[in-house]
Amino acid sequence: MDILMILAEAARSAVGPIAAIYALAAVGLNMHFGYTGLLNFGQVGFMLVGAYGVGISVAVFGLPVSVGFLVGLACAVVLALLLGIPTLRLRADYLSITTIAAAEVLRLVYRASFAESVTNGVYGLQNLSSGFRAVNPFDGGARYGFGSFVFTGNQLWLMTVAWGLVGLAVLLTWLLIHSPWGRVIKGIREDEDAVRSLGKNVFAYKMQALVLGGLLGALAGAMLAMHQGAIQPDQFKPQVTFFLWVILLLGGAGRVFGPILGSMAFWFLMSFTDGLLRWMGREGWLPFLSGPDFGAIQLAFAGVMLVLLIVFRPQGLIGDRKEMLVNVK
Amino acid sequence: MRTRLVTVLLALITAFLVIPGAAATADEEGGESLHGQIVQPDDRDQGVEGIEITVFQEGDEIVAAATDPDGMWEAELPGPGTYRVVVDQESIPDDFAVRETPMLSNGEAEVEVESGDRRPFIVLLDVAGASSGAEAERSESPSPDDEATEGDDEGSSAEDESVEVEGVSGGFGERFVQLTAAGLLFGLVIAVSAIGLSLIFGTTQVINFSHGDMVTFGAMMALLFSSGAAGMGNSLLAIFAGLGVAVLLGAFMEGRLGRTVLVALQWVSVMAGIALATVLGVFFPDLGWKVPLWAAAGIAVVMGAVLGGSLERYLWRPLRKRNVALIQMFIVSIGLALVLRHVILVMFGANRSRYAGFQVQELVHIGPISMPPRDLVIMGVAVVVLVLVACLLQFTRIGKAMRAVSDNRDLAESSGIDVDRVTLYVWLLGGGLASLGGVLFGLNQVVDYEMGFRLLLLMFAAVILGGLGTAYGAMVGGISVGLVAMLSTLWFPTQLMQAWALALMILMLLVRPQGLLGQRERVG
Repeated sequence: MDILMILAEAARSAVGPIAAIYALAAVGLNMHFGYTGLLNFGQVGFMLVGAYGVGISVAVFGLPVSVGFLVGLACAVVLALLLGIPTLRLRADYLSITTIAAAEVLRLVYRASFAESVTNGVYGLQNLSSGFRAVNPFDGGARYGFGSFVFTGNQLWLMTVAWGLVGLAVLLTWLLIHSPWGRVIKGIREDEDAVRSLGKNVFAYKMQALVLGGLLGALAGAMLAMHQGAIQPDQFKPQVTFFLWVILLLGGAGRVFGPILGSMAFWFLMSFTDGLLRWMGREGWLPFLSGPDFGAIQLAFAGVMLVLLIVFRPQGLIGDRKEMLVNVK
Repeated sequence: MRTRLVTVLLALITAFLVIPGAAATADEEGGESLHGQIVQPDDRDQGVEGIEITVFQEGDEIVAAATDPDGMWEAELPGPGTYRVVVDQESIPDDFAVRETPMLSNGEAEVEVESGDRRPFIVLLDVAGASSGAEAERSESPSPDDEATEGDDEGSSAEDESVEVEGVSGGFGERFVQLTAAGLLFGLVIAVSAIGLSLIFGTTQVINFSHGDMVTFGAMMALLFSSGAAGMGNSLLAIFAGLGVAVLLGAFMEGRLGRTVLVALQWVSVMAGIALATVLGVFFPDLGWKVPLWAAAGIAVVMGAVLGGSLERYLWRPLRKRNVALIQMFIVSIGLALVLRHVILVMFGANRSRYAGFQVQELVHIGPISMPPRDLVIMGVAVVVLVLVACLLQFTRIGKAMRAVSDNRDLAESSGIDVDRVTLYVWLLGGGLASLGGVLFGLNQVVDYEMGFRLLLLMFAAVILGGLGTAYGAMVGGISVGLVAMLSTLWFPTQLMQAWALALMILMLLVRPQGLLGQRERVG
């Protein structure tokens, strides 16, 4: 029965708020990597500016949550432009290095003591979600659902909004990809020079894709702030980006529904391995390990999953193998 | 196949729907509560028992709680609202004191609880008398569940992640000179670690995101062997000896022995290493020994080289033979970095430690510059190693071959260079240098499982600044990045050090994308 319990808990987290938020950010990453071939290893940076855009607006300046969302999105546009202008004219690997470094530097700046008056340093910002919960149509404390899928009203409200946003983002992606614009950015992924020789402004198209995906990342960050009601800089560590990559590759890059499927599968697996490890720990089958190690083992597991996926199934669950074998120069 | 899968999935989903609220776990009993864990400042695994926490609302005492032997406590609240939480100073053991944070002063804090919240409330302890939590440790938890992201770890990483400099004081001129020296030291360490990154990129076009964790690996190994290796050290040594023999056999005996014999020999050596490790680990767990740091550093460098070599031989070469695309290779290296970092975390813990015996040293004064002797040794070693590497690249056959492959892989191959073997040597060299860089960095700063990742960003800045793929560029770039990072602290906060290195990198990309010493190529 224990195993069934663990499975049920895993299934619950596969549809939970976190899965929705990660799916949203992964849709943005799909726009970058899956369709345009941009190697963005700093998606967490977009999430950070989105979350802090809301957080600082609400907690420090006392603005309404909706204004906070707009501020977060504006920050993401600025970040995308700052990252894109120097690197998008160069080879793909320059963007990857710059984004991973920029995301980490952003985290260090937001947690630095000189910015404490605005960001509250390592302690982060709190009490962000009351404006969001005020418009909750469900009863915040009550419990909804059936079977093992039971959520409180607050969670349900957040899940509704987050999955709704995911749906909208997916719809937007689908519409864009089946438009002339989408054909051009897919062409850029396949062969940049060919597209350039057709007279398209490759740099501008890449920049538009970067901004668009970054906006979705910022939206995910803002939803994360709403979900937790509190944010700290240290939850925006680079491994969030790596989780997003696992999600994208697991689901299938370059597929509209890839990120959603990937996010649900990923959080199912993470929650399942977590439950399994803890259960085995309680049963005393893991004599060499203690509680804090389980988290690290899970992260190592995510790394192994990333490697194995790329080597043996680069197209993920629903991807098209031919599309993913393109060698981006 | 597909229908069967769908059937299984449907069956599972039905099962979850039927299980009655099984997963409504303790963290969601519906009501509001505060909870947390109070741990010892120097050992996060040890909780502190018996600390009393009282919750007030508008002057009335609502509920009181005390920590259990693991340091855990939980206080159920009657409903949403604003509460005042008081940590009873009397109940705290004399060795510790509550750390002052913006939210918690004099052991009191205002907490706003929303409906349905089960809020973590962070109380950090310091060793009594210590002013700040410089020893506080970092730990991380993934967020498989809703609560985990706001778990108990959040406030624990209060200390700076920046690099510290000793003995900087005086007026602007003096500080300028002192920081230049510190920057030179830092830059030399970056340069030593970054050469491998640059050469690996040059020969294989792979950006090795796991290079930082190879740096951590070196520092950790040196720490392990200099602080007394017991069972784990012996086992690791045995495994790496097996791997090393296998890799070297492959490098030297290819062509001289039959293919089958060679493969068999390699497997035998790897298996022998693992078997020996098991035997040592199981039967002689107390076989402890200890070497001085310089010898431990030597062992670490050799093990780092073996690590690099075996990664190339057993991971990257097969991937290249499978024609895996470059982007996929980047992602593999990121996955590898995650694995390495967290295996190190599991094995060695999240503690920040220093090499014993080199912490407190009398400063040596040279003009306005004061440095502990260990920093002078670091600079000396780094300079010697850089000169040796330069000589190797400039004057030996293998060094010339490395530069040739780095310059143009196809041309080198068609002129008769065994590219695979050169690549293997590059990985051996890169791994060894990364380990050495880790030891030097750890000697100058602290050793922890994330040190390599922090250095990785600076290494990236260094190799891009100097020119991706050129060894000398990595040296020049490393030293410039170190200088810029350190000198920026003259005017700007130290936490922005890495930001300035990054800004330098972006500036270079805008002005001269190929880097200082790189060759122009058509881009964009």
